[in-house]
Amino acid sequence: MTGAVLRLDNVGVRIGSAQLVRDVTIDCPAGTFVGLLGPNGSGKSSLLRTVYRALPPDSGAVLLDGQDLLRELSARQAARRVAVLAQEPAHEIGFTVEEVIAAGRTPHHGAWARWASADRAIVTQAVATVGLTGHEHRPFSALSGGEKQRVLLARALAQQPSVLILDEPTNHLDIGTQLGLLALVRGLGITVLAALHDLNLAAAYCDRVHLLQDGALVAHGTPGEVLTPALIADVFGVTAHRVAHPDTGRPHLIFADPVSPSREDNS
Amino acid sequence: MRSTTVAPAGPEAVRRRPAVRYAGVLGVLVALIPIVLVVAAGTGAVWIPPDQIWSVVSARLSAAPVGDALTDQIVWQVRIPRVLLAFLVGAGLAVAGTVLQAVVRNPLADPYVLGVSSGASLAAVGLLTLGTAAGAGLGATIGVSGAAFGGAVLTLALVLLLGRRRGVLDPSRLLLAGVALSYLFQAATTFLQLRVSSNQLAAVLFWLLGTVAGAEWGKLLLPLVLVSASFAWLLGQARRLNALHLGDDAAASLGIDVHRLRLWLLVVAAALTAAVIAVAGGVGFVGLVAPHAIRLLIGADHRKLLPAAALAGGLFLVLADLVGRVVVQPLELPLGVVTAVAGVPFFLILLRRAGGSA
Repeated sequence: MTGAVLRLDNVGVRIGSAQLVRDVTIDCPAGTFVGLLGPNGSGKSSLLRTVYRALPPDSGAVLLDGQDLLRELSARQAARRVAVLAQEPAHEIGFTVEEVIAAGRTPHHGAWARWASADRAIVTQAVATVGLTGHEHRPFSALSGGEKQRVLLARALAQQPSVLILDEPTNHLDIGTQLGLLALVRGLGITVLAALHDLNLAAAYCDRVHLLQDGALVAHGTPGEVLTPALIADVFGVTAHRVAHPDTGRPHLIFADPVSPSREDNS
Repeated sequence: MRSTTVAPAGPEAVRRRPAVRYAGVLGVLVALIPIVLVVAAGTGAVWIPPDQIWSVVSARLSAAPVGDALTDQIVWQVRIPRVLLAFLVGAGLAVAGTVLQAVVRNPLADPYVLGVSSGASLAAVGLLTLGTAAGAGLGATIGVSGAAFGGAVLTLALVLLLGRRRGVLDPSRLLLAGVALSYLFQAATTFLQLRVSSNQLAAVLFWLLGTVAGAEWGKLLLPLVLVSASFAWLLGQARRLNALHLGDDAAASLGIDVHRLRLWLLVVAAALTAAVIAVAGGVGFVGLVAPHAIRLLIGADHRKLLPAAALAGGLFLVLADLVGRVVVQPLELPLGVVTAVAGVPFFLILLRRAGGSA
């Protein structure tokens, strides 16, 4: 799998009378891991949904290697190149692990098409990549949260995408599973655009980060440029001390009290 | 990902492969079809043994001279159309139920959840009871079946109109609109029933609870065509139904136009339901229990679920009709009474065995 160039070009999202995202431009060069940061309700998920076509943008465009994802590519063509790993769905899923992952092959086939052995090989490979070989026939609903996320990642991998969207994929996961998941994704070599809550995870894994506040982009750059105590106090309302990670030298934040009690949206 | 975090494959991992379970369930269902159909066609006021049924059918199919005219009359003109209609109705309702449960993502959904049957009932009962000159004229032209079909189609249009949120079909809103319209139409149907004479009431009740007593070859064609065509189309959508089962956003990310797919699935499932209840009335429960029971046995993969649920629904309704014909002879029970009385205990046992894990 190789990465594609993803560009969000002046994207705006409006639902009803609420302007959720305003003129956001983000460039993700091929093969980079780009982070999308911001408090709850800052528009991260809405912005990401425009990339995997769950929500049409009201203005601007999403470009994949220069092609307009919504106007120049069919839904199936787009789904062969962009996959998503979001938080696990709230409703019960009556599939086995293998059936969930096999759904990733959907955009590669029309109705009634018989699947080739290549499809089975791709599914088997995806199962192995996330370390779930031998668990193919377990019911999805019986898995732990971390296992479910790995199955959903395998489904995304079975799409053979060149861009992977992550929407807070590590929520509710233990620290080992969080790091394992992001390391695995980073090792794929494809372009990643990830909304992350944990600023230290973002600092550790992202090549570049973009900071959203109230639907607008307020800063972007390397984690070292963006994750400054002043900006974090302004956007998240908390005091942060910044140190260098003893192993990697990347920025690491240590949080203190909220700047003012009225700001509590970074839960 | 670090392989050390993977738990060793537990007992659940080594349980039988889903493909093997599916082959087993499908094999049993297919093997039951000839047995159940022949027993159902043989049973009635007169028992007709399988060899005589076979000779009637082979004579008819080879255009050979008919042996015994009375046996031929009973088997070919009365019982076989009735058994086949019961199978078609059961299969159609099971398929419609399977699809609607996926579309509104609610295991309690059945083919009637969108109010389609209450609209059909109101139209049919209206025609059966109004008895005015206009009603009789209309009844002669389109018949109760035609009225029911029209009522169902109009109701569907109304539900699709009301079930939108920001111009897009919303599952929970569809359900609410369907349930609300159902109550309204049921109230109107009850009002019509209250005004009706007692000798008309039996006909109304039978229609409301479902019956295949009026089956004849001519009435089989429309449901046969609609059930087969819808089933073939839905089978082609099975993978998309699977994607839809994973959630709207997941389906969109898998290249599916969720709004359009949901709309088409609703229209096809409703047309299927309308075609079936137009000829057999509002047979309850089979559309809820057949998909559910099969899902508990083989899982939710629609490529397997749709064929197995269709066979199970068909068989279940043939058996229900058989029971309804024999338990209170010479009277008959409406289908809905039998499906509920026989189906509920079976369903509850299945639910307990599955430990509510599906």
